[in-house]
Amino acid sequence: MTKEKFTTIISGCVPLTTENIDTDQIIPARFLKATSREGFGDNLFRDWRYTSENHPVRDFPLNDPRYSGIVLVAGRNFGCGSSREHAAWAIYDYGFRVVVSSFFADIFRNNALNNGLLPLQVSQKFLDTLQKKVVADNDTKVSVDLEKQTITILPDGESETFAISRYKKECLLQGYDDIDYLVNFRKEIGEAELSWQQQ
Amino acid sequence: MKKTLFDKIWDAHVVRQIDEGPSVLYIDRMYIHEVTSPQAFDGLTARGLNVFRPAQITATADHNVPTKNQHLPVRDDLSRSQLEKLALNCRNHGITHFGLGDDYNGIVHVIGPELGYTRPGMTIVCGDSHTSTHGALGSMAFGIGTSEVEMVLASQCILQTKPKSMRITIEGETAEGVTAKDIILYIISKLGTDGGTGYFVEFAGSAIRGLSIEGRMTLCNMSIEMGARGGMIAPDQKTFDYLKGRKFGLAEVDLSQATEKWKELVTDEGAVFDKEYLFKAEDIPLMITYGTNPGMGMPVNSSIPKTESVDPSAAESFAKALKYMGFKEGEKLIGKKVDYVFLGSCTNGRIEDLRIFTSYVRGKKKSPDVEVWIVPGSKLVEQQAYDEGLVQILNDAGFELRQPGCSACLAMNDDKIPEGKYCLSTSNRNFEGRQGPGSRTLLAGPLLAAAAAVTGVVSQPF
Ligand code: SF4
Repeated sequence: MTKEKFTTIISGCVPLTTENIDTDQIIPARFLKATSREGFGDNLFRDWRYTSENHPVRDFPLNDPRYSGIVLVAGRNFGCGSSREHAAWAIYDYGFRVVVSSFFADIFRNNALNNGLLPLQVSQKFLDTLQKKVVADNDTKVSVDLEKQTITILPDGESETFAISRYKKECLLQGYDDIDYLVNFRKEIGEAELSWQQQ
Repeated sequence: MKKTLFDKIWDAHVVRQIDEGPSVLYIDRMYIHEVTSPQAFDGLTARGLNVFRPAQITATADHNVPTKNQHLPVRDDLSRSQLEKLALNCRNHGITHFGLGDDYNGIVHVIGPELGYTRPGMTIVCGDSHTSTHGALGSMAFGIGTSEVEMVLASQCILQTKPKSMRITIEGETAEGVTAKDIILYIISKLGTDGGTGYFVEFAGSAIRGLSIEGRMTLCNMSIEMGARGGMIAPDQKTFDYLKGRKFGLAEVDLSQATEKWKELVTDEGAVFDKEYLFKAEDIPLMITYGTNPGMGMPVNSSIPKTESVDPSAAESFAKALKYMGFKEGEKLIGKKVDYVFLGSCTNGRIEDLRIFTSYVRGKKKSPDVEVWIVPGSKLVEQQAYDEGLVQILNDAGFELRQPGCSACLAMNDDKIPEGKYCLSTSNRNFEGRQGPGSRTLLAGPLLAAAAAVTGVVSQPF
């Protein structure tokens, strides 16, 4: 399904520095019963955002009015655990378009890319710097240029390049996805099946 | 070129390699369940597509199902709607579906192998991270997200970048009572929850060969808890024997022909892995976890580490985990009160796990202070437990056998551990709230589960 095209982003950041955040924290299993992709943002980080009596936890960064923006600055090994794609949907549905971390769990990375959410991997040093700056000065912004594959901290201009496969980059820039791509191959896939059967 | 087992299976399934991009990888079998498939079917319909190869897809209802009174309508509206949606999608697209109450229903990773759908050399995917379980039979199996489920529905392929290779070799013989669960908890405690990220793992060595096929499943099942894409074990005579007489497996003639080919599914002598680890089986104790990720494991009779011995970069999550669990650094777990025991899940919900549990509690009595949920992995496991007389022994000791499903592994149904309570669980994840909001999970194998079930505390089985 065509997604919103990914353009250059300049945005404030929401810091969430805990390491090893697993997808059960991103979206707890009891909220997985919906059969559509929308609406998961309401329950993003549910058990960290709200108390068991459903009151917002004041100092949780997503509830903290000092932070806003569509870039989530996370800790190392983000998105580990369950393969639920609902985690990527929830983050996207909440409004984020980029997650910055020094390390992503494999399945989460794929899931994010398939849903127009950019998992942007930087060095641990850059991540530490970014986290410190965002916490020290809430107006810190980043600029993410997917075409050039750079992330820059504003206003001071500290910058790093990031890696992404050429194919995935093209998909994000054009707003198309893997399924559009694969369906065009049905004939070739059928031929491969035949040739394997004959072996 | 010397090839690893993984290379051999991978190479045989690449339809096309995209320049500077992923491979189009052919999938032999996909398993689906009610939670991660509805959006994929909707996506397919929205694009006006049919299912490309329905005969290569198998569906079961497991994540959301009640484990009692399965003959009654499912009470929870949302769960029921997911189950109905799965049944409808399968009917519309001609997919075999083992729904609630079906003779072959059960947890997806339990029924796949036991029904004969999972075979050596196959590529297998499912929208559940523990799909790695199927690697125990020498297949290449891994979990995928819903968009990828949609890709397979649409084309029987997914786009994948080839992972790096890792071999974990375990030589020697394990001590008495040590099971595959202890082996994998031990490995994860050494490598950490991200030690395998980016890798596909092959398990090898005499201790692995010595495991039963079900033990190998437990091992491969949790290989993803160290971040690995999947885990696999080369097929051998035990594998070939296991595959005989399976309900939906190959007929005998085909099986013996296939077996000849499967014998080539081994890593070539001299093939190079990106990373190798070697462990001694003798070093592996009975394991238990004390924290909120599967890497926080320790020998059951030792003490929780002191903060100063923890890597400084992990100190914050260590402190957070202990606070959540209500434990103190340096404390022993032996003797700690357990409120719940859960025996089940795709990790330890097979007949051998029930046998281990039963043989320990035989002639003993359930502790009155602990709630015990024993949940078979499938209808066939349940039936076998009756046939072997295990259920009688369990009943005599004060236990009951529930009906199959994922149950308290992820607590999507009613089987939730209440806030603040401790559950000694044979499942695979001890994350915050995994077994219910505020629940506290201690992961271990079936033997420690049995010991806790009769004593009401964490205890040494012997
Ligand atoms: S038992 Fe747990 S891990 Fe296994 S398939 Fe069910 S929810 Fe997933």
